[in-house]
Amino acid sequence: MQVHSMHFKARAGSALGDEVLQANLRKFGASGFALSRAKAVEAYGAAEFERLRTAGAAIRDRALATLDAYIERFEREATRRGATVLFAETGAEACDLVLEICRRHGVKKAIKSKSMLSEEAGLNEALAAAGVEPVETDLGEYIIQLAGEAPSHIIAPAVHKSKDEVADLFAAHHHQPRKTDIGEMTREARAVLRGHFMSADLGISGGNFLIAETGSGLVVTNEGNGRMVTTLPHVHVCITGIEKVIPTLEDFAALLRLLTRSATGQPISNYVSVFTGPRRAGDRDGPEHMYFILVDAGRTNLVGGDMQEMLRCIRCGACMNHCPVYKTVGGHAYGWVYPGPMGAVLTPSYVGLENALDLPHAATLCNQCGVVCPVRIPLPELLRKLREQQVERRLRPKTEMVALRMWGWVAQRPRLYALATRWAARFLSVLGGGTRRIRRLPGASGWTRERDFPAPQGATFRDLYRKARASAD
Amino acid sequence: MRVGLFVTCLVDLMRPSIGFAAIKLLEAAGCEVHVPPTQTCCGQPGYNSGDRASARALAAKVLDEFDDCEYVVAPSGSCAGMIRTHYPDLFRDDAYTLGRIERLCARVYELTDFLVNVAGLAAVPGRHAGTVTYHDSCSGLRELGVKRQPRALLGRVPGLELKEMDECEQCCGFGGTFAVKFGDVSAAIADRKCAAIEASGAGAVVLGDLGCMLNIEGRLRRRGNETVKVLHVAEVLAGVL
Repeated sequence: MQVHSMHFKARAGSALGDEVLQANLRKFGASGFALSRAKAVEAYGAAEFERLRTAGAAIRDRALATLDAYIERFEREATRRGATVLFAETGAEACDLVLEICRRHGVKKAIKSKSMLSEEAGLNEALAAAGVEPVETDLGEYIIQLAGEAPSHIIAPAVHKSKDEVADLFAAHHHQPRKTDIGEMTREARAVLRGHFMSADLGISGGNFLIAETGSGLVVTNEGNGRMVTTLPHVHVCITGIEKVIPTLEDFAALLRLLTRSATGQPISNYVSVFTGPRRAGDRDGPEHMYFILVDAGRTNLVGGDMQEMLRCIRCGACMNHCPVYKTVGGHAYGWVYPGPMGAVLTPSYVGLENALDLPHAATLCNQCGVVCPVRIPLPELLRKLREQQVERRLRPKTEMVALRMWGWVAQRPRLYALATRWAARFLSVLGGGTRRIRRLPGASGWTRERDFPAPQGATFRDLYRKARASAD
Repeated sequence: MRVGLFVTCLVDLMRPSIGFAAIKLLEAAGCEVHVPPTQTCCGQPGYNSGDRASARALAAKVLDEFDDCEYVVAPSGSCAGMIRTHYPDLFRDDAYTLGRIERLCARVYELTDFLVNVAGLAAVPGRHAGTVTYHDSCSGLRELGVKRQPRALLGRVPGLELKEMDECEQCCGFGGTFAVKFGDVSAAIADRKCAAIEASGAGAVVLGDLGCMLNIEGRLRRRGNETVKVLHVAEVLAGVL
């Protein structure tokens, strides 16, 4: 997908001005996943859930510590069970591999269940350009495919759309009378999708995890589309990141308990589909040909570096569900595949720090994300490290750097600092006038455009304290 | 008990009365309060903006200024959290200083946390006629576990009634330089906080951090609310308003 992350500020600005989007985001914030998660954690037992988070982080770290060995094990086991395991270094390479599979099997139509990696790679565009029709079958993904948009949330891709907007889309694309009842709309989409399920010759799925010990892939869905995509067409391609390989099914059991509770507050998703090899003799269903495409696309660059902990991510979306910034501007503002705190770490890591300068700064560091992350990724710490890397590589604006250095320099010189703050307190206090507030502050219009700046009391604590001590003595 | 007061740069500059309120409370708890005169800033602005060098220099300065105090107390969860949870990270490559820093960190407290859990302050000097709602500042809450302490103390203020707002643990949108860099996003987040404060029906919002205070008060006034007061918990507890 094209990267627009350099324009976060402008995109956030237009998101704030979009009344429909703001209404949709308010609804998401009020009744959304955060609340469901809180209930699920309470039901599970808060202390027990904390232990589970610790276990989840340890499982992910153990897998990542010797990822190369687990990938080889996965390749061996999957191959032994009749699947073909392919590797791609970049998204573009992954697209080429899929297109080659399409040519080999004469594919005309591909049905897809959710895959964020295919968004990274721009797979739908590549398929369409090669004459293969891609059809998204996750309802949210289907909606944004009709709209020609990118997902705004990693598990609820169309969360930025209102019911009315979806009704308009369906009416325009399904050529049926416009419906506004959600049940009816869903049934209509289901009927349309059913035709695609039956006529597709390729199923493309993502993979929540790959299991090294059995050579299996796994998808977690609520709509059952994942199961149809992975069993109905005669060819199935599972495309996912190399970091998704975990050692055992038992590891998966623990991660699944974390994943669904953290994502939607469900104890378990409606469907958990495990696929191991193509259809065997005597199997009643399943694809005849099965491929796994493991994609790097920047992941190995994170191994052994400051951002390694980010590779633990199990893509639940809890960080964005709890992020004050995400909840205010929505996912499209972030400008690439992954929004919210995890996106603010992943985007610069995958597409380059210089191509996403704003993202590490587009956070209040409130640590809501850090305390809900099911695998204890210290997201605020990672954002802070990215900020440090920007400074080290001199990627920040000159004025910002000078101001920062000045502050640090003066704060290390107490007498100069005392003088500077004495004058600042007086000056700002005078600016505050009788109302004790400043409505316009030169150099800080970012603050005062939509907020007053309360005026200081006029003298510094330092001066008042010294005087009080002097008169007491 | 010799307690060093880390005044914080924002209290020093913006609202010195909070510093005096903190002294009053610490003395009421029987502490001997020491205010190192050369103190300035804990280094958080630099640390959060990627300027590790200046954060480290200021951390070393704080260490030297407060090393002889039995405890260090700040009327701010943000500054106390910076020292306690982030200073060690700045000295990972310097075992000697790291050892000193770790011994310092163990003695650093946010004001209400200290008053409740260390000093055991029994009666609070302040009184307050009316209802208040409490905003949990992010660093205090999530870095230091400050949640119950301010409420326990406010519960002992004669005449004060606490009315919780919706989502009291939600960030106010301040975020340091974030508030200036992304002023419109920051103000939009603050706006939701203001709406929650207003919906609580309380006459004042009480909190423990200057950053949130400036942000919330600034947004409340700009949206035309002239009635809800924005008070630091130390001011309410000490009766210094």
